[in-house]
Amino acid sequence: MTEPTPTTPTPAPAPVLANTAAAAAPTEAGFSVDAGATNLKEAFLGYVTRIRGGEVGALPAVAGLVLLLVVFSTTTKIFLTRGNLANLPTQAAPTILIGMGLVFVLLLGEIDLSAGTAAGLASAGMAIAVNFHGNLQTQLKGGMFGAYIVVMVLALIVAARERLWPGVIAIVFGGVVLVTHIGSNQVLAILLAVTTGTSIGILTGFLRARVGIPSFVVTLALFLAWQGVLIQFLGAGNSFPTQRFKTINALENTNISPLWSWVVLIVFVGGYGAFTLYTSIRRRAQQLSAQPVSIVVGRFAILALLGAFSVFFLNKNRNPNKGHVIRGLPWVVLLILIVLVAMTLLLSKTTFGRHLYASGGNAEAARRAGIDVPRMRIAAFGISSSLAAIGGVVLASKQGGVPADAGGGNTLLFAVGAAVVGGTSLFGGRGRVRDAVLGGLVITIIPNGLQLHPNVGASYQYVITGGFLLVAAAVDALSRSRRPT
Amino acid sequence: MSSTPILEMRGINKSFGAVQVLHSVDFRVYAGEVMALVGDNGAGKSTLVKCVAGIYPMDSGEILFEGAPVHIHGPRDASALGIEIVYQDLALCDNLDIVQNMFLGRENLTSVRTLDEGTMERRARQTLAGLSVRTVKSVRQVVSELSGGQRQTTAIAKAVLWNNRVVLLDEPTAALGVAQTDQVLDLVRRLATNGLGVVLISHNMNDVMKVADRITALYLGKVAAEVKTSEITHAQVVELITAGRTGNIGLKPAEAAQSA
Repeated sequence: MTEPTPTTPTPAPAPVLANTAAAAAPTEAGFSVDAGATNLKEAFLGYVTRIRGGEVGALPAVAGLVLLLVVFSTTTKIFLTRGNLANLPTQAAPTILIGMGLVFVLLLGEIDLSAGTAAGLASAGMAIAVNFHGNLQTQLKGGMFGAYIVVMVLALIVAARERLWPGVIAIVFGGVVLVTHIGSNQVLAILLAVTTGTSIGILTGFLRARVGIPSFVVTLALFLAWQGVLIQFLGAGNSFPTQRFKTINALENTNISPLWSWVVLIVFVGGYGAFTLYTSIRRRAQQLSAQPVSIVVGRFAILALLGAFSVFFLNKNRNPNKGHVIRGLPWVVLLILIVLVAMTLLLSKTTFGRHLYASGGNAEAARRAGIDVPRMRIAAFGISSSLAAIGGVVLASKQGGVPADAGGGNTLLFAVGAAVVGGTSLFGGRGRVRDAVLGGLVITIIPNGLQLHPNVGASYQYVITGGFLLVAAAVDALSRSRRPT
Repeated sequence: MSSTPILEMRGINKSFGAVQVLHSVDFRVYAGEVMALVGDNGAGKSTLVKCVAGIYPMDSGEILFEGAPVHIHGPRDASALGIEIVYQDLALCDNLDIVQNMFLGRENLTSVRTLDEGTMERRARQTLAGLSVRTVKSVRQVVSELSGGQRQTTAIAKAVLWNNRVVLLDEPTAALGVAQTDQVLDLVRRLATNGLGVVLISHNMNDVMKVADRITALYLGKVAAEVKTSEITHAQVVELITAGRTGNIGLKPAEAAQSA
């Protein structure tokens, strides 16, 4: 093994070992601890070793994405047109957002089958609020309004008992919007939907973690129940429109101006590049393990190229008809980027994230380390349903309203599929928020591309989507079995 | 060698229902020494350890830490005193790396309350270096990639990191191959050299004879003998474990027979 950087002892004091290991400390010079891969070759070999060891990461999803792009762009003429490609992010958005939430639950080795209908229910709260000047009380008859408040109060009690303060704040905020009829403001109505999701999730988590019902059963029951509540809210076969409400409608149907699209790209991709590069250089300077600068720069360059190409492409008019011009980055892309960055930071830079991974990797070890694993479960379900609610809002924006079957059908299954195809393990402990983004794109491209083949029936969409999911789950299971334990 | 044991247990009795598992057990560990705790299955080794850990309450008896009586009512009390137990199943998270495991639940934070990876990584390395560990390639290796010996090393290093005074190791070599066993035994020896009181619970007499300074043999819930390793043979220890006595060491013949 080549070791160009000598691991001299860092000048930092070692108070912990001052009394026990002072005598042994000078031996550190002979202690071959790495400073990470130091060059490209080592980094590449390390990557190959990890893949062979079952740590496949984003590889299958990226490979699937490339494969689908190649197949559809060579076999159809329309796939590569602006109008169609620009549809992908908006079509994928609800799946991606619900999937990002599910990553939290999957990280614990749990499942949330109710995320779809919870999303629909949360968005129904929003739709009723904006349609009835913030007054849900008159629309929700037969004690439904009271039940709504009771659910929120119960969730509040659970959140307070578990010391989940962000949840407490969110639920109190949502409760205020609910009872003071200020939900006619669209932003407040959207936040009402999100906090409704938070309440639902915290109660789900409580049933799982403190009552001890397996998550499959809890969320299956709630999946059915929320469907019924949704019909009660809206009336069977009914639908509340959201199209005329500009902010809500804007999410999926309007675009950021070309100039601001570039700004978004520069802020996010540039910020990512600057942050990773800074981290790499600083850590190396401190003789900590760090990724080689060449890898960091290479990854940034690829992202920047892809991003620049996409923005350039999306900034061209994609309306085939004469008349008004459609161009720019869809607003929902910005929303997804914000959620992606926030949740990624939460998982990778905070004790909460660390403890979530630990609880999913080995609950007993986490418990012995003093982590309140049931509390982590409740928090994970709370986050999952909150993000699902955002997905529900986006879904409403896309469909132009909230129908009585919102979030039903395959909504949830596609979202789980997105997370799993992206590389999140169903066994817990392994996964990232970005998995849902990659997987969501794969899951969306399949029907998008297949519908352009007139001779391939809709039946194939399901079979092929199912096939992809199966392959992803197989990769997950096999990679798990290849590990030493 | 200091004359006051760092950890001493006096007259420990413990029953589960009608079954008395520990009969006025005396046990002591000195700083800088490895004390082996041996005994057949059911002799009460684990029960004794769990009493120290605060997992089981004792029926009677007292625990002294550095000569002063202490009360251990839960695992937190034990940790607060600086007593750490490395259980056989190690309790490591496979999906986290060595640093993350060593600091799990006690992470260092930066001024803005995010994880301070730099400090944690440096401290982890210093700890491993202080134990002269050379078997671990990188502190950023994920535990699932580690061998059994490396895992054991990680678990022991985790116990040392927190400035513990007494480390109890439950069968640390049970699942290991020959070379790895040697590495872990070296590590156990170094813990004592670094001034910790070490308790080694083991079935393997070769390990015990190789690394322990003293041996406490339990026989059906009683202390058969506490002897210096240098004053006893391999065969005698086995006899203590299986019969409770050997020659003029151990329980009185009547007592041993009655216990059986």
